[in-house]
Parts: sequence; C-alpha cells; structure tokens
Amino acid sequence: MSRASYALFPALSLVKPSDVIAEAPPAAERRAKLLARGIRKVFRRGRNDVHVLEEVDLDIREGEFMVVVGPSGCGKTTLLNIIAGFEKPTTGEVRIDSGLVDGPDKRRIVVFQEHGVFPWLTVEANIGFGLADLSPDERKSRIAHYVKLVGLEGFEHAYPHEVSGGMKQRVEMARALAVRPDMLFLDEPFGALDFITRHVMRGELLRIWNAEKKTVLFITHDIEESVQLADRIVVMTSRPATIRCVIENDLPRPRDLSSRRYLEMRDKVLRELGLAKEV
Amino acid sequence: MSGGVRGASAGSIESLSRHARPFAGLIGLTAAWQLAISVSDQSLLPGPAAALAAIVEMTSDGDLVRHTIASLFRVAWGYIGAAILAIPLGLVLGWYSKAERAAGPILQILRPISPLAWIPIAILWVGVGDLSAIFIIFLSVLWPLTTSAVEAAQSIPLKFVRAGRNFGLSRRALLFTVIYPAALPQLVLGLRLSLGIAWLVVVAAEMIAVGSGLGFFIIDARNAGNRYDQVVAGMLLIGLIGVVLDAAMRRLERSRALAWSYNRLSEVPKKAAAAANGRRGEAP
Repeated sequence: MSRASYALFPALSLVKPSDVIAEAPPAAERRAKLLARGIRKVFRRGRNDVHVLEEVDLDIREGEFMVVVGPSGCGKTTLLNIIAGFEKPTTGEVRIDSGLVDGPDKRRIVVFQEHGVFPWLTVEANIGFGLADLSPDERKSRIAHYVKLVGLEGFEHAYPHEVSGGMKQRVEMARALAVRPDMLFLDEPFGALDFITRHVMRGELLRIWNAEKKTVLFITHDIEESVQLADRIVVMTSRPATIRCVIENDLPRPRDLSSRRYLEMRDKVLRELGLAKEV
Repeated sequence: MSGGVRGASAGSIESLSRHARPFAGLIGLTAAWQLAISVSDQSLLPGPAAALAAIVEMTSDGDLVRHTIASLFRVAWGYIGAAILAIPLGLVLGWYSKAERAAGPILQILRPISPLAWIPIAILWVGVGDLSAIFIIFLSVLWPLTTSAVEAAQSIPLKFVRAGRNFGLSRRALLFTVIYPAALPQLVLGLRLSLGIAWLVVVAAEMIAVGSGLGFFIIDARNAGNRYDQVVAGMLLIGLIGVVLDAAMRRLERSRALAWSYNRLSEVPKKAAAAANGRRGEAP
C-alpha cells in the first residue's frame, strides 16, 4: 500500500502509517523480542574444558519464526537451554522484552525433542498441566480449545503411550500453547518422527503459528525444515558453535517446495553449512 | 492379549496348549517325584501324595488357615509400615541431592545387613512375639524399598523436571506433581520385589520369635514328631502364596495408568510387538 492511498481514505489517514503496517510489518522493522549477547558456554569435563558456545549474539524479533540450523551436537540445544533459562551461560546474557532471563518462565515454553509429554497423564491432563490456577470451567474450555486446534478430538482420555509419535508432539504443542505463552522454543520437535508425519507436522505448526501469532525459536539439523518454516535462518558452525550467518528467508508463504527460489534458498543454507550439493 | 474371538479350532487348540504348558511342567515334576519316592523306599523326603494328605488334614482342623493368616498379618503390617516410610523418604532423598549425600552412606551400610541379624535386637527391644516378627519384616522391606525409591527419583529424565519448572512449579511442587508420578512405575516394581523379600523373611522370623505362622508351623512339625510330610506341606503352601502375592503385584504394574515406563517408551514396546508378531507369524 503506497502512501498516496491513505489520502484516498480519510478515515485511514487518522491512523499513523506505522500502525497500519503493524498488521503485517516487514520483518526488519519489527521490535526486538529477544536479545542474546556474548553467550559463551564452557562445560568442565574432568580436567578438560569443553567449549560448546563461543560468543553467540542473537536477536529475535516480535512474532518472528526463527530457525537455528547446525550440525548435530554443535550446541544448538545448549543455546536453547540457555535462552529458555534452564542453564546459565558461562558469560553473556539473554534479555527478553528487556528483562534479564534468569530461569524458566511460563511465558516462554519449551517443546522438547522427544517424549516431553508426561506419560502418566492423559492427553487432556497433559494439556491442562499448566492451567492449575484457572477455574475448573475456564480450564475445561481452554483444554477443549487446544485439543481442537491441534486436532486431537476423541483422544482426550488416551494416555501418551496409546497414541502415535506425531500425536504426542501435538499434545506437547497444545500443552505449551494452552498457557498462552508469548514465545515458543522448539528443540527438534519433529526429530523422532517419520518423513511423512514430519511433513504433516510442519504444515500444522505453521497453521498454528498463523492462528496464535507467537514468537518462535525452532532448533533443527534439518535444512529443508529450516527453509520451509523460517522467516530467518541462523546457521551455526560445529563445536565450539558460533553463528556463521543469518539468512533472511523471504520466500512467500505458503511455500512451494519445488520452486526455483525454494531450491536456491536450500542451496544457500547447504553452502553455508559447508555441504556439497552432490553425493 | 488373549481373549480375542478366534473362529478356527486350530486357534483354540493352540491357546489351550499355551495355557496348559505351565501346568504340564508341574505335573511332570510331581509325577517324577512321586515315582522316585515309591521306588526308592527312603525316608529323606516325603512324596507329594503324603504332603497333599498333610495339607488336607491340616486344613480340615483349621491349623493351616490359622498359621497362614498369622503370617500374612505380620507381613501386611511390616510391609505396609515400611512402604509408608520408605517411599516418601526415598523420593525426598533422591530429589534433594544434599540430603542424599548426608543420608546415603547410612543407607548403604544398613542395607547389606540381613534382617535376620536384627532378631536378637528385635527381641531385646520388643520381646518375643508378633511385634518383633513385624519389626524384622519392616526392616527387611525398609532398606531395599528406600534405595529403590532414591534411584527412581534420581533416574527421572531431566526433560520432565524441566517441563515442570517451565510451567512455573516450585521444587516442592515438582516433588508431588512430577517426581512422584514419574517414579511410580519403578516404585511399584520395588514394591513387588520387596513383598517377595518380606515373604521370604517372615518364615525365618517366625521360626525364632513367635508361636504361630507358617515358619513356626514348619519348625514345630519337625520338633513335635518329625512330621516331614507337614514340613513339605508348609513349604508348598509358602510357595503357592508367594506366587499369588507376586501375581497380584504384577497385575498392579500392568494397570492402564502404570503401563508405561520412560525407559521402555521408545525401544521395548516396538521390539516386544515385533517379537509377538513374529511368534504369531511362526504359529501354524
């Protein structure tokens, strides 16, 4: 929408252009949600120091879908654990909404790699796990809403071991969303799923992201996953991990997985990871 | 997973033979035992027929029932008392590592002492009678069950604890909402194994400290007239009751809310299912 068009609609001209743009602001203009500065992490193993993270700086914008991609065991999960407040960095700090992170918080929920759902609770009780402070009625309707959102109707009373792997991840996603967090941290959430289920779950995640408008940090070693999901892709090096580059992924959504631009973007990530295009 | 409707008669024969197999072994052994007794004409061991006759005789005059109830009563008190103490104690020790570091060595030293070594002290403290037998059962369950609860709390995957913290639970709240339920399958396993220990120990305790129960019954049968048929009858009964107790605990382990275990979640069910399919596949 050009500036001139506001003049055509007097009512709209009362609204500052920046407010209208907030409807779908260009990624670069969004407010910073999370700032990680100078993150280093050193584990002491016996007499040796293992340097896992080396000077990581990361900015995540409000409402953004950020994917961190890197080789297995490079320290991506450690970075996520630090950002989520489960681990302390050796040096550096993480600020979210300009407040210092010094522990886990209900406003920022982690979805774990595998089997993070509580196996002793039913699907329904898992989703309601973080809702103890709501009234029973509110709790019930909140659970019902998220059961529906992730497509688990009819499985409310099943135990996790009675449902499939993809459904378990849906339960965990619903459990995270039910407490209305403003950020979601996903640690290779689809890593244990088969190819087809993974594909379906990515689509589901994007649908939910569109419906719920959360800021998302998503960790993966799957390059396709990063190109399909991300607004921006952070490429990490192997250990000690640093950020190699941040790629703006401006492919229009929904993304065509066989388009030339998609393939170019994928090749770019491959190149940054130092991987050959031929096998 | 029996109980499915099977049309083919081959299926029912197969299922019959599967159910009969455990009994076939027992019947075979009993027959061999009886045969060996009747051809050898010795008096070192009474045969199954004599033992069975003793069971019938003792049952009809009510002695066996009285002794069985006495033993079960002591096991129940000692076992339940120990469980009520050991499970919370073990979970707290396992969850608060500082407490574990302080109390762990005490537990490690007390655990290898046979509960029977406590008999003199039990008699000194509470005298000869029910209470000292119950005390010995209590000790025999307390150490292993506390240890298994400590280990259960310590082996809970970090992601469950982290998920709990993520949803704003305090350390104390985590103990009730995450640690206890996550440890429950292992606790039930510990309960089953320690019930077995209690049942082993009650017999020994009753041989020394009291005048009733299956342990006393066995010693008394020997002392009061070398009634080895009664001795064997008592042994068989102990074995049978042990099997029933174990089966009851296994049933509890398999209940729907406990039929998971985080160390079994990924690998074993698939393997078990594959094995079951394989077996079914091989069947004619």
